[in-house]
Amino acid sequence: MIPGPFSYHRPKSISEATGLLADLGEQSRVLAGGQSLIPMMKLRLAAPEHLIDIGAIAELKGVQRKGSTLVIGATTTQHELQQSKVATDAAPILLEASLLIADPQVRYVGTLGGNVANGDPGNDMPAVMMCLDATYRLTGSGGSRSVKARDFYQGTYVTALKPGEIVTAIEMPVPPAGHGWAYEKLKRKIGDYATAAAGAVLTVSRGKVATCTIALSNLSDTAVLATDAAKAVIGTALEKPAVEAAMKAARAVMSPASDTRGTSDYRIHVGGIMVERALKKAFSRAKG
Amino acid sequence: MNAPVLTREQREAKLEGMGCKRKRVEDIRFTQGKGNYVDDLKLPGMLFGDFVRSPYAHARVKKIDGSKAEKVPGVLAVITAETLKTVNLAWMPTLAGDVQMVLADGKVLFQNQEVAFVVAVDRYAAADGVEAVEVEYEDLPALIDPFKALAPDAPLLREDLKDKMTGAHGPRKHHNHIFEWSMGDKDLTDAAFAKAEVTTKDIISYHRTHPTPLETCQCVASFDKIKGELTVWGTFQAPHVIRTVASLLSKIPEHKIHVIAPDIGGGFGNKVGAYPGYICAIVASIVTGKPVKWVEDRIENLTATSFARDYHMTTEIAATRDGKVTGLRVHVLADHGGFDACADPSKWPAGFFNIVTGSYDFPVAHLVVDGIYTNKAPGGVAYRCSFRVTEAAYCIERAMDIMAQKLGMDPAEFRLKNFIKREQFPYHSALGWEYDSGDYHTAMNKAMEAINYKGLRAEQAAKREAFKRGETREIMGIGVTFFTEIVGAGPSRNCDILGVAMFDSCEIRVHPTGAAIARMGTKSQGQGHETTYAQIIATEIGIAADNIMVEEGNTDTAPYGLGTYGSRSTPVAGAAIAMAARKIKAKAQMIAAYMLEVHEDDLEWDIDGFRVKGLPEKSKSMTEIAWAAYNKPPPGLEPGLEAVSYYDPPNMTYPFGAYFCAMDIDVDTGVYKVRRFYALDDCGTRINPMIIEGQVHGGLTEAFAIAMGQEIRYDEMGNVLTGSFMDFFVPTAVETPNWETDFTVTPSPHHPIGAKGVGESPNVGGVPCFSNAVNDAFSFLGTKHIQMPHDYWRNWVVAEGLGLHK
Ligand SMILES: Cc1cc2nc3c(=O)[nH]c(=O)nc-3n(C[C@H](O)[C@H](O)[C@H](O)COP(=O)(O)OP(=O)(O)OC[C@H]3O[C@@H](n4cnc5c(N)ncnc54)[C@H](O)[C@@H]3O)c2cc1C
Repeated sequence: MIPGPFSYHRPKSISEATGLLADLGEQSRVLAGGQSLIPMMKLRLAAPEHLIDIGAIAELKGVQRKGSTLVIGATTTQHELQQSKVATDAAPILLEASLLIADPQVRYVGTLGGNVANGDPGNDMPAVMMCLDATYRLTGSGGSRSVKARDFYQGTYVTALKPGEIVTAIEMPVPPAGHGWAYEKLKRKIGDYATAAAGAVLTVSRGKVATCTIALSNLSDTAVLATDAAKAVIGTALEKPAVEAAMKAARAVMSPASDTRGTSDYRIHVGGIMVERALKKAFSRAKG
Repeated sequence: MNAPVLTREQREAKLEGMGCKRKRVEDIRFTQGKGNYVDDLKLPGMLFGDFVRSPYAHARVKKIDGSKAEKVPGVLAVITAETLKTVNLAWMPTLAGDVQMVLADGKVLFQNQEVAFVVAVDRYAAADGVEAVEVEYEDLPALIDPFKALAPDAPLLREDLKDKMTGAHGPRKHHNHIFEWSMGDKDLTDAAFAKAEVTTKDIISYHRTHPTPLETCQCVASFDKIKGELTVWGTFQAPHVIRTVASLLSKIPEHKIHVIAPDIGGGFGNKVGAYPGYICAIVASIVTGKPVKWVEDRIENLTATSFARDYHMTTEIAATRDGKVTGLRVHVLADHGGFDACADPSKWPAGFFNIVTGSYDFPVAHLVVDGIYTNKAPGGVAYRCSFRVTEAAYCIERAMDIMAQKLGMDPAEFRLKNFIKREQFPYHSALGWEYDSGDYHTAMNKAMEAINYKGLRAEQAAKREAFKRGETREIMGIGVTFFTEIVGAGPSRNCDILGVAMFDSCEIRVHPTGAAIARMGTKSQGQGHETTYAQIIATEIGIAADNIMVEEGNTDTAPYGLGTYGSRSTPVAGAAIAMAARKIKAKAQMIAAYMLEVHEDDLEWDIDGFRVKGLPEKSKSMTEIAWAAYNKPPPGLEPGLEAVSYYDPPNMTYPFGAYFCAMDIDVDTGVYKVRRFYALDDCGTRINPMIIEGQVHGGLTEAFAIAMGQEIRYDEMGNVLTGSFMDFFVPTAVETPNWETDFTVTPSPHHPIGAKGVGESPNVGGVPCFSNAVNDAFSFLGTKHIQMPHDYWRNWVVAEGLGLHK
């Protein structure tokens, strides 16, 4: 439980950070809250020679609402996110999901940027970002670009992030007033990753689901958007057949590994139940 | 100046003696981060050791190359079995009469077995050195399933024992067999079964788990070449035993070995035995002439130092149709891992498992235990229980429920019908114990009333109907348990560890001002000895508990004792404390008589001193007596006021209790919710009710963990799947249910203060209670016995098997 040797850098600006990443190359790694990276280093599953701590970069912090867009700085911690009325009023699912991550100690230092950049299917925020159709701002020494959360994840620990790039901010359209939301997570205990989790964001018009997105955590090698499951409930008032169709469609895109949380078939079964619960809760919260 | 005159009640209260909810004095330092643990120790020039460990569960070690590691900056030495052979320490004896490799000698027998020890200037360099050691392995087939261990073609694990068909406990019948141990009368038991009206037979497994103290195992060894003296600070539950073993192994005379156990952050049995880390640190210190520290990390603790349980118990009960038990037959397959490193009294290879008749009046019983080797970590320690008592309690408490179900009887009623009756004590059990005292019916009836047992059953019946009608997906279970423990090892006629009798000791010195210091052969790991021991002395000799310092753990100053585990501290050392105090009191009486110019027989004890019978105003307090003891002793009496007592208990003590649990399980997710948990404990005389309650809360939390998910699980290759807190279930405050505690008091007739010990009862009684609740929840759907642990996934698997998800 002791990491290999590394050197430590604490840049003050994005350009300094991207410069360091470019200069130090392959063997350098961004350090945010350290709540995923440091455990991996202690297990020597990761052995970066250089850690670029982005915690002192003021530009990466903070939550702002710009019109109908919510912009969250990458190093905003889970705790700060929970405390931000701007964020949680605009998209209450952020608060619900964030409170289900790890434990208070981890949430005081773990960052939103780290959570979405990490690429672990067990992270909860990627699915939430898919539900909200968020976009990640990525900056490297060569410039900046944007990638949608829905296009970002390619496999376990494999993302669209290119070497030398930093996630600087997460942007999302503020969901319409009166929308319904829910994040349902089954876990063994506080501090555990999901056995299965599902997020749902929907709008209701005249008692029927008008729009809906559903995304799943830890039920595949990345977070997944359950498009067909969402389609199955649009135009319905979540009658039993619609919910069952959604569960079935969602289960069809789940392929979790068997682990100590349970076998794959168990996780798929309860994954469906998380979808059901998220849909029902979101529906009950929606106005319209 | 005269002190204000206190009433008798005030004098009594001031002592904070037995029965007082005295706050834990040790918590003042623990809650402020001022405890002093092994890892707090920093000595000049201190080196650090770290282990290279085997990734394989079973493999031949073909080559160990430490040359690259020795070039890592800061690394001083790489120690292997070859190095240890030069000092004859490549293997060490275990407490169970087996031998264990200190470092891999030719092969490895479990994953994370110690292969080489890297010594470096700091722990970072040591860890880098570990990475750089190159080991060549040849993978061998791993034996993980205990039920396959004795197959004729099972892989041979212990090549060192290949031709030794007799072990420490008699003949071995297979190359993976360790011992067979039997108790009871086979013929009478067979006869009882032959004519039984109703019988049950089930394999009841108690899975492998781990004691998991907050602080892992660790030590600092420092060898002084000039003086030829060795000092070892360590997380030792039994420091004197460690000193004796260290002397026998190292040939350093015992008076030149100083073993010191400072504050310990939990033990639960994990810190009783000797580990390769201790031996390697000692050898490294002797070789380098510098102090060497070894500190285990969490993964190492979970995967390499002593596990607990792993007992697979084929259990048969014979009974009459109207619900009277007539016989018990148990066969245990005991999985000990690669080496038999159980920490039991030496003559008891399966501990006190023969308490398996429990609280019931079985006329006959027969027990056979087969110990076997597998490719898993060695151990088999008593995780917060007396030796194998929790396995026994689980076995009988599950089996009683299974039989009640078969008879169509209520499990509480079935127990009440078969309890040993109050008038039968002292009771001789069919498997050889003499139960000291008990009043089971009173305790059970009190508990059933307290939880409204009838009401719970009615609620359950209604809920089952609702479930059948499809109105709810939740099922309700009620766990019923009545356990009897056996603690306080133990009488020298049948209890020893490597030949050392299991007495315990206390030395009390009363200082001239009437304050005192007391030292014992036990060692608290969080139990609160500094608080409770002082309370015993306070009541016995009238010195306020606050004026008594309790000190343990330094083998140079403490009298010899066998340490703390198996709830033995209060039954054994607690008795020694009372006996030492009584010696002091006897001398104090002589002094008081001299001071008051009366005959000793004219004095009577009165709370905190002696007074003349019939003349209460003529009295001498213990403070006055102490001063006189040093400065004006009666002519002919030597000065001073101190005493030592070594206590060899005449019998064990038998705490008992009635536990009840109400739980709901969601059959779709397997998620359970413990709605109520009620624990009634009878531990005899209660020294500190608050500490008892704390012990019960802690033990129940562990029991909850074990029953509901905590396990050391291996895959078929022998990889540990639960080697960190991500997967090894340790509940937080959020998961932990609310505990309701209660008590009855049935003092032990043979113990000087009537106390029985309580630290382990909640673990012993709690596990079957949770498991019975889960089993009870599903039973109406046709299940008979569901194995632990009952985590969400496994509950779901049961529901799936019952077709509840169609
Ligand atoms: C006990 C425990 C339980 C946990 N449980 C959960 C849980 O239930 N759900 C959950 O979602 N998470 C959980 N986590 C993980 C936690 O949320 C982490 O904080 C999060 O995964 C990573 O964020 P971080 O800021 O700590 O990033 P770090 O650990 O510092 O970094 C993680 C990875 O992301 C990269 N990275 C970080 N920030 C950026 C950036 N701005 N740009 C580019 N790359 C970046 C790093 O280089 C690294 O590869 C748990 C952690 C612990 C210790």
